[in-house]
Order: sequence, then structure tokens, then C-alpha cells
Amino acid sequence: MRLPRLVRDDTTVPFFRFRMPAFALSAAVIILAVVLLFAKGLNFGIDFKGGTLMDVRTPGVADLSAMRTTLGGLGLGEVALQEAGEPDEVLIRIERQRGDEEAQQAAVGEVKAALEQLAGPGIEYRRTEFVGPKVGEELREAGIFSVLIATALVMVYLWFRFEWQYGVAALAALTHDVFATLLVFSLLGLEFNLSIIAAILTIVGYSLNDTVVVFDRVRENLRRYKSMKLDALLDRSLNETLARTVMTSLTTLLALFALYFFGGEVIEGFTFAMIFGVFVGTYSTLYISTPLLYYLKLRAEPEAAAGEPAGAR
Amino acid sequence: MQMSRWKVWLVLGVCLAGLLSLLPNFLSQQTLDRLPDFLPKNRIVLGLDLQGGSHLLLEVEHGAVINDRLESLVNEVRGALRSAGIGYRGLGVQGQAVSFSLTDPGQLDEARAQLADLNPLLPAAGFGTGSTRELAIEAGEGGRFAVRLTEEAREQRLISAVTQSLEVVRRRIDELGTREAVVQRQGADRILVQVPGERDPENIKRLLGKTARLTFHMVNLGASLDEALQGRVPAGYMLLESAEDTGGPQHYVVKRQVEVSGENLVDAQPTFQQGEPVVSFRFDNLGARKFGKITQEHTGELFAIVLDDKVISAPRIREPILGGSGIISGSFTAESANELAVLLRAGALPAPLEVVEERSVGPDLGADSIRAGAIASIVAVVLVVVFMAAYYGTFGLLADVALLANLVLLLGAMSFLGATLTLPGIAGIVLTMGMAVDSNVLIFERIHEESRLGRTPLGAINTGFDEALRAIIDANLTTLIAGAVLFHFGTGPVRGFAVTLVIGVLTTMFSAVTLSRFLVTGWYRRRRPATLPI
Repeated sequence: MRLPRLVRDDTTVPFFRFRMPAFALSAAVIILAVVLLFAKGLNFGIDFKGGTLMDVRTPGVADLSAMRTTLGGLGLGEVALQEAGEPDEVLIRIERQRGDEEAQQAAVGEVKAALEQLAGPGIEYRRTEFVGPKVGEELREAGIFSVLIATALVMVYLWFRFEWQYGVAALAALTHDVFATLLVFSLLGLEFNLSIIAAILTIVGYSLNDTVVVFDRVRENLRRYKSMKLDALLDRSLNETLARTVMTSLTTLLALFALYFFGGEVIEGFTFAMIFGVFVGTYSTLYISTPLLYYLKLRAEPEAAAGEPAGAR
Repeated sequence: MQMSRWKVWLVLGVCLAGLLSLLPNFLSQQTLDRLPDFLPKNRIVLGLDLQGGSHLLLEVEHGAVINDRLESLVNEVRGALRSAGIGYRGLGVQGQAVSFSLTDPGQLDEARAQLADLNPLLPAAGFGTGSTRELAIEAGEGGRFAVRLTEEAREQRLISAVTQSLEVVRRRIDELGTREAVVQRQGADRILVQVPGERDPENIKRLLGKTARLTFHMVNLGASLDEALQGRVPAGYMLLESAEDTGGPQHYVVKRQVEVSGENLVDAQPTFQQGEPVVSFRFDNLGARKFGKITQEHTGELFAIVLDDKVISAPRIREPILGGSGIISGSFTAESANELAVLLRAGALPAPLEVVEERSVGPDLGADSIRAGAIASIVAVVLVVVFMAAYYGTFGLLADVALLANLVLLLGAMSFLGATLTLPGIAGIVLTMGMAVDSNVLIFERIHEESRLGRTPLGAINTGFDEALRAIIDANLTTLIAGAVLFHFGTGPVRGFAVTLVIGVLTTMFSAVTLSRFLVTGWYRRRRPATLPI
């Protein structure tokens, strides 16, 4: 038994015609993302903010409100509690304490003592993560730096393999992908931690996969159809490779959804960012990077040739 | 098309090597030991997030390192000025400097000369001495002096403090008896400690949180405690708190001078004395001699045993102790006596360490994560395999074979390298499975396209593989670049993700291109279909 082909062989989706609305949408996304990053910011996890995260399992069903009252009364600033999947499992976030690293450790000790008094000695610490203010700052810097470096390296690679125009177009699409991801994380207030940086870097690498396939075809078609108008040629390239674009994203999404539903809450954020990135990356290949090539003087096109009928249609 | 014979062997060889490298993961250590040496024996190492354990990043406290040197400098300066008969006042550590004022500003040059004698050239990085001095001496108006450590001197002190700390930490961690603990320097002033399987991270933190500087001082019983508590401590003495619940007095006035210190210890063991846990210790020759002399001269007086500026106990010296060994008592439990013995054996840290990052995972959560990761992987592989077969038919099945080979190669390469598998690493494997078939999709779609254009089956297959190759390489290399950057900047579990992503990209390039071409052409030569089922 075979599945029918998802993308017909003779699609003629006029991607290029939607370029203006798409550019406007993407510009809006980037602007909105920047505004939101300043106005609302990201919900940084302890990796970047510093602070403590504890995942504890209580002997019986966890009494969240009693815990909240007790821990809130310790004078440690904001202590956030959250049930973690099971009724006897609680995630505790303690904000970064005033003072040096020692003060942070002392706070953890106080919380542990209070919990043991409340829930008895049977309490189990499944996970304790503490990031001091210094390390948090370093991780934040390294995170930003690594995304910039990766983007730059990938651009240089494309520039070598293709031409500068392709690098610029891909850069625009990547910028859009990264900002769209940031926008969603800011908008939904999802926790932004180290694994999200890992996801963004992977998106930087992965969202180029589609793009490279289309670019490769554009280059091929530029050689094959010397006199075809550029917009028609770009549309043709996109349609010829559409099945690939859709299918590759689909197989990756299959794997990612398996990870999202069965991989556990520790990597939920990561998987969510990746899934979102695959969608955005596919969109930006179709509507941003390839149409952008039109404006980047891909070939020294004599204006006179524009009037001729497209050669190989 | 023909694949050259050596290429066929190469493909088979690589797959076999992958299988062989994977094998040790399924064998017991005993079986492994009996295998001949040429076989790979490394296994995939589970990260701390999967097997449970503690990751601690410690930082040597700069302030304490520098302050220690400044404190001792105060003594040196005092000695030098006194011996030269130069009057001074207000000598002490102020911020980052030792400062004092001359009573007679006319003695400025003399004081300067005295201080210059205290200021050696720093040893250069290699041999001999460099051109930089340890101290920067400023003399201001009215005979005010400020003596600072030069930048180079600070750096050297810090480096040697970190090196020493590393040794001490390693010895202390070794005492835990945990195999496969990692202790390594990270950056300029940090030490990374990774202890797998430790249930109680507090235990490690307690062990590493103490400087464990042991000193012996004479107690001044003549001084009034009340006055000392109000800040009037006689010159040359200091007021020390007593360690918690020793049952004795809360404070002691002791002589500043260190009579003997923990540096001279050669052994310390927990033991019992009259049913009470105590720590017995033994000095080296020098320590024994000093200890003997003191106990001889001060028989009948109180002798304070001080750990990290707290008096553990202050026994009365009943008789001279000449053998060089003794006992520290003070309300210990069996554990705390053992802990102190461990600390004393491992030696003192040159400066306190502070925990700047901690990531501890209990073994239960680790086991849960392994289970979740395994289920997710299996579901992902099944989904992708079924989908490819359902969508591309025979070609899909061939791609599935290549995919499974890819999985074997990926895990085999990880075993061979002894790479660490973390939960994000498992995510990387799953992601690789999803992305690996992308290459096959590109090839198959191209073959489909070429068939439609009227090429012969063989021509379509060959063109499909050849033409798709460029895009496959480009696509994988961009992912490789991102993975490499992540590996460079990432730490811990995230780095594990980068590892599987990078290895996965490499094995994918092999399996999706070379191996699947091998499979597809092999299939074609046996069947010779008139049209391709794609």
C-alpha cells in the first residue's frame, strides 16, 4: 500500500506574487519581536538569570499551598511553585538572592530544611540546579555570541558555495526565523534557557536545508533557462522543489513530535522551539529567502530580454 | 552503473566497524575483559542527567587569595619598619592595599628603601626571574604609603592557588571513593567537579566548602574575655569563636602566632577514645619537633586547635608530646570525625571555594529520563520508517535499511569515542533520524523527477544521486557548522546534544549517500524493473 503523493508534480503555486504581504508580515514579526523583547523581555530560566530550580518528590500528594506559605515566608524573595506532571512532584524556583554566591547556597539550604520539616524526611530531590549570577551572565553572553557566530559562519559558507546574493537572502530568512522564535517565546512567556539556545542554533543550521535545496535549483535553472524572467524562474524553482521542501520538513517533524509527546518535560521546551523552527524555516524558504533573490541582482539581466517569451516553458 | 569492488568492501567494512563498536554496550565487563585487544571496548558514557550525579562548578575566591597575601605583607612591613627604627601608624590592610603613615615624614626615603627589600622580582614564566616586581609601592604626601600587589603578582598568586586547590579537591573527591569522578580546571579560576551517582550533593558541597586550614595556637588565659569581646584584644592576640556545640566556652583569646599547622600533618584518622569519636593525627619530622618543643615549654597551659578560624577544642597540655602524634577531641559524631580526618589528609585549600553552578540529578529522575528518551526514540524511528516505506515503497524500505545502519553507526561512533550521552543528546539522535531521511527524500524526489523527464531507470537513479549530492552536502554542512559552534560554546547536557548532532550529520552523509546508493543500485541490478516505482 502506497500513500498518494502529497505534492503533485505539476504544482504552480505563485509564491512570488505573495512576496509583498510576506515581506510585510516578516518585517512586522521582526519589529514586534524587538519591541516585545524590550517591553516584556524573555522569561529567562535560571541558566541566564541565576537562581535555583528544584524538582522534589514528596512522600504523599504535595500540599502546594502549605509549601507556598512556608517557602514564601522564608524571606527569599520570589519562590515559585508548580506541579510537575505528577501530584507528588513539585518544581520550585527560587529567584536569585541578593549578595554573592554564598547567599545563594544558603537559600537552598533554608528551603531544603523547610521542606523537610513540612513534608517529612522522605522528600526526594530529583533535580537541583543552581546557577550563580556570574555564570548566568556568562551563559547569556555565550548564548548570544554563539547564535551570532553560527549565523555568520553559515553565511560565509553559503557565500563560498553560491554567491553573496544567496548568503544575504539566507541571512534575512535566518534573522526572521530567529526573531519569530524569540517572539513566540516572549509572547507566550515560555521559559528561555540554554536548551532553547541549542534549539535556535539547530534551527539556524536546519532551516537552511530547505533553502539550500531551492538555491541549488535556482542556480541550475539560471544556467538552463538563460532568458526566463527571474520572477518566473524563482517560482519555477520553488515549485520544482516543493515536494522536497514539504517532505523533508515532514520527516523531521515526525521525529520531533515523537520527542515532544514522549521525551519528558525536561526537553519539552527544546522540542517546542525546534518544531516551531521547522515550520518557520519552511515558510521563510518559500516566501522570504527565495523571493528576496529577485532584488539582489542575481544575474546581469539585460532589461531588453525581459520582453522575450520564456524559453523553455 | 557499477560500484567498484573496493567501494563495496569499504561500505560493508564501515557498517561492520559500526556494529563492532556498538557491541561493548551490550556485554558485561567480564566478557569484555576476555575479548582480544584489537576489538573496540569503549562504551557510551551516560551523562550525569541520565545516570544521576552532581555537576559542581567551583570558583577560587580571588579576594581571599589576595587578602591572605596582604595580611602576611602587613607582618613583613611591620618587621621591616621596626628593625629599621622607623616610626609608623595606621598600619593595616585597606581595600586592596597595605597602607600606613610615617610618624616622621622625613624618613620617607629610608622607609622606601626598607620596603624595596621586601619587593622581590617575580619568577618568570619559564626559568629564572622576570622583570616584574611583586609590589607596587606608592608614597604619597605626608609620608603616607600604599603598597599594592602588581597585576602580574595577583595573577601568579591566583594561578598557583587554583593549581593547589585542584590537587586538594581531587584528593578530597578521591576520598569519596566514587569511580569516574571528574575534577578538572575550567577557565582561569574555576574547577569543575562531576561526581556520578552521588545521591546527596550536599555531602560533596560540605566536603569542598571547607578550607580545612588547621592551626595550633596558645590560649591566653590572662586576657579578659569581656574586654576582648568589646574589641579590646591585646596586641599579637586574636579573638576566636569556638566551633559549634563543643560544650566549652564560646570564645577564646589566642596568640596570633601559628605554633604548628596542618601543613606538617602526614596522617589523620578517625578513631575512638573512651567511647567518643576523635581524630588522631601524626606530624612529619618538622611538625613533631615544633609540637614537642611547644608542649614542653607550655606544659599546663591551654592549647587551641583551630580549624578555619574556629576553635575545635582547647585541651590542657598535661605533658610534653614528643612522639609527634596527638588527638583532636571535641564533640564529634562518627561521621564528622571521619570528615575532618578526610579533610586533614587531603590538605587545606589555599583559599575558599564557592559554588558558582550546580546541577544535580537524582538517579530516579535519570532513570525516568532514560525511559522517556528510549520511548521517544523508538516511536520516532517507527514513525519515520513506516512513513518512508508507505510513501516511497521499495525505495522507502531501502532508505529505512540505510536509516537503521545510520543509527548503528551513530551509536557505534559514540561508543568508539567514549562520547557522553545526555538527554538532549538523545534528542539529537532522534532529530538525526528525522533529518537523515531528508537526504533520501532529496535523492528520491530527484529520481522521480528525472524519471518523469523520460530518463531510463538507471539513468534516473544515477542522475538522482549525483545531482542531489550538492544540496545534501550543503544542507548537512550548515547543520554541522551550527553543531560545532554549539559544541564549542555549550556545556554539560547541551554539549551532549551537539555531540550527537555532529556525529549524526557525519554518519548521515555516509549512510544516506554512499550506503543507500549501494542498496538502490544493488536492488536495481537484481530486479531490472522497466519503470521505477517512485
